[in-house]
Amino acid sequence: MGFHNSKLQNSKHGATRSTVSRRSFLKVSAATGGGLMLSFNLAPLANALANIPGESAIGAFIRIGADGIVTIAAKNPEIGQGIKTSLPMIIAEELDVDWKDVRVETAPMDAQKFGVQSAGGSTSIPRNWDNMRRVGAAGRQMLVTAAAKTWRVPESELTTASGVVMHAASGRALKYGELAAKAAMLPAPDLKLVTLKDPKTFKIVGKPTKDVDGPAVVHGKPLYGIDVTVPGMLYATYEKCPVFGGTVVRANLDEVKAMPGVRHAFVVPGTIKNGEVGLNAGLSGGVAIVADTWWQANVARRKLRVEWNEGPMATQSSKGFAARAAELAKQKPEMSIRSDGDVDAAFKGAAKVLEASYSYPFLAHATMEPQNCTAHFSGGKMEIWVPTQNGANGRGMIARTMGIPEKDITVHMTRAGGGFGRRGSPDPMIEAAWISKEAGAPVKLVWTREDDMRHDCYRPGGYHNFKAGIDAAGKLIALTDHFVSFGADGKFAASSNMGGNVFPAEFIPNLAFGASLMPLGTPTGPLRAPGSNGLAFVFQSFLDEIAHASGRDPLEFHLDLLSEKRVPAPAAATGAPQGPTFNPARMRTTLALVAEKAGWGKRTVPKGTGLGLAYYYSHQGYVAHVAEVTATSSGQMKVNKIWVAADVGGHIVNPSGAENQVQGAVLDGLGQILGQEITVARGGTVEGNFDTFPLLRMHQAPPVEVHFQRSENSPTGLGEPALPPTLPAIANAYFAATGQRVRDVPFNKPRDRDVRV
Amino acid sequence: MAYTLNINGASHTVDVDEATPLLWVLRDTLDLKGAKYGCGAGLCGACTVHIDGTAVRSCVTPVSGVGTRAVTTIEGIAENPLGKKLQDAWLAIDVAQCGYCQPGQIMSATALLAKTPKPTDADIDAQMSGNICRCATYNRIRTAIKLAAGDAVKKEG
Repeated sequence: MGFHNSKLQNSKHGATRSTVSRRSFLKVSAATGGGLMLSFNLAPLANALANIPGESAIGAFIRIGADGIVTIAAKNPEIGQGIKTSLPMIIAEELDVDWKDVRVETAPMDAQKFGVQSAGGSTSIPRNWDNMRRVGAAGRQMLVTAAAKTWRVPESELTTASGVVMHAASGRALKYGELAAKAAMLPAPDLKLVTLKDPKTFKIVGKPTKDVDGPAVVHGKPLYGIDVTVPGMLYATYEKCPVFGGTVVRANLDEVKAMPGVRHAFVVPGTIKNGEVGLNAGLSGGVAIVADTWWQANVARRKLRVEWNEGPMATQSSKGFAARAAELAKQKPEMSIRSDGDVDAAFKGAAKVLEASYSYPFLAHATMEPQNCTAHFSGGKMEIWVPTQNGANGRGMIARTMGIPEKDITVHMTRAGGGFGRRGSPDPMIEAAWISKEAGAPVKLVWTREDDMRHDCYRPGGYHNFKAGIDAAGKLIALTDHFVSFGADGKFAASSNMGGNVFPAEFIPNLAFGASLMPLGTPTGPLRAPGSNGLAFVFQSFLDEIAHASGRDPLEFHLDLLSEKRVPAPAAATGAPQGPTFNPARMRTTLALVAEKAGWGKRTVPKGTGLGLAYYYSHQGYVAHVAEVTATSSGQMKVNKIWVAADVGGHIVNPSGAENQVQGAVLDGLGQILGQEITVARGGTVEGNFDTFPLLRMHQAPPVEVHFQRSENSPTGLGEPALPPTLPAIANAYFAATGQRVRDVPFNKPRDRDVRV
Repeated sequence: MAYTLNINGASHTVDVDEATPLLWVLRDTLDLKGAKYGCGAGLCGACTVHIDGTAVRSCVTPVSGVGTRAVTTIEGIAENPLGKKLQDAWLAIDVAQCGYCQPGQIMSATALLAKTPKPTDADIDAQMSGNICRCATYNRIRTAIKLAAGDAVKKEG
């Protein structure tokens, strides 16, 4: 966590930097063929990018060649969210260079130089917006100082533009490429004190900018973890117990070893302790097969017969969860999440009382690139190549599990073929590391699609049992939710919690949220907009029911509901996805904008077609949707179009990437509501591939029209917040079209599936 | 067993089991990483290549069935004027998010335009629905195909 806070800006470290001896610089200089370097981060001599002869490192993030080409480090993993483009854009803006002269390299994993290097929670932009500006501004400052020293003029007389320092009084100009070597020898400025641009003069931030890896993508160049090759590399496949935490009793290894191309087949005992659940719990036991090619490893795997000790969770099933949830719903919640006012009295005095139960299923992440990792253990050191959202987590797991010091574990982050929260877990990394060590060779472990779908950390399902009271004026005066979720001993399973500040908490006077928990042996974890992705569906759908039951237009109902906070936030409103800083005025503006763009209340739609709206605040983003849905003659839902308005602050760093993220998140949500469900049977996952876990396809994808509401706020992230309103907007539109509520998703429930392979 | 394959206009001899899918011959034997593994079952289209101009799922195409027919992969599709146009359109529209499926999308789109130079939305739906994009860049894929087909399209972003 060191990068963006005190450590980076600590003057003590500044003093350390300024006393770095010239001799040290020259020593490093000789090593790099003339490139001089210095850093304004914790490691005084850090040349974080690869050492390139003839280029000068201006801090850990920037390298400038004599030809003026600027190479900028992208600190965070690229998983399709566009961060490899957008963070360097911010640096380039303040460095004051032209984007056409910028090349981008993924930074090495090094928290001392780059701080937190993860992708999750839509945090990369809010965490790094200010930092990246200051890094770029510091580089510009050093180039200006170098020019001032060259010309012996005050820095205040110098200006910059497009990679050139200019002295207007004398008409002189020097290109950054001509100044870089000199600038690199200067002490770094204090990042706190550097001068930032007036945002009105931005030339790169706010301009639609193409993904820096686009050309490599469309030409099929190796970019992803699965594309890594290492000399002498073998290929591995790894069979784990269908029930999480299960272990191998015995396996027919000799038969497997006799198969063509197989070099090794061995049992991995695993390190997960009894009762621990979750992909961070340890190494899952299983059987590794290592062969000359991945195909041979998998052909051999077909011969594999394993007797498993499946453990006590092998009795669990989705059917069992649903039955138990229905029983629990009839009882009082085991625990209270929040209680305001007096709901019982309010229900007694209400003109109308409404009750409804909702549910959502377990979901897999199903990244297009299956989980994989390449590992090479040699001479006590581990080298890892991996598409990851959190390489540090995997490195920690390897260190703990295998007793290798973290300093001896090098992690290379590749571009990832999707993440959605899946790649924050360390399981492919520890598996590949273990297998490489035992095989005594570099090994690329690639999971099959079935491995990937059956060994995920799933979005947990959930059951919500609502009751609402409406007064004679059509106002919502009371709301209760008995949330039946997963966990034990009063603790929610990962990503299955609900906080006390889920909207409309604080906006109605009498409210009670409670929960009951069911034990769960299946690992769960964050999926795009964790928590919010389920909660938005149930709350925004039920609020739409309330609006209709009140005889009010949903837009008018919601603008009124959002008009004032009626209950103060508790002192410590934590643990909820919404965060404690919800600003209803921003949401009202966003909702009004999307309503206007969609023509809400201004146009008529044909019979059998309806409009629905929904909104949600998550990951600091305010997003509202209107969906237009037609019910087909066969009762299917056909989404014609979705309008989106989003307020994620005053700057959209890259409008091209931003629009793409919003469209993708919305269509991701459409895929979820149409037909996605993970079923548990005998403690394991039934679905294994895209035939039974259907991802959205082209013919199902409607246009998504995106509008950004600019507000005077620091920019926040967009990978996630556009998803949560999608499901309720579609469900509410389906109700408007048909009069039928969608209370259990997916809309197309899978045929009865209770057979685990 | 030895097979001589014609890939992107060049001849390659590989020694692999007859049942080995073309995908793994391309990726692991010939180090052509553009065709991607997504499902192994012909369900997602990430592995799409052309055999004699027809889009096929290389993950379910045994190498023994390829014979002397011309295999084109994403690495060679720029030699096809339609393929080149589509790659350029993909870049102009900034289609990709994670990008993993996009080589397969471009291969399917090239086969579409070869047969249907001016595809309607329904044509695009019919041909492209075999290719999954988990990031759901479908709006932009559709726009890029129309751009490559020479239709006037609204500039995105």
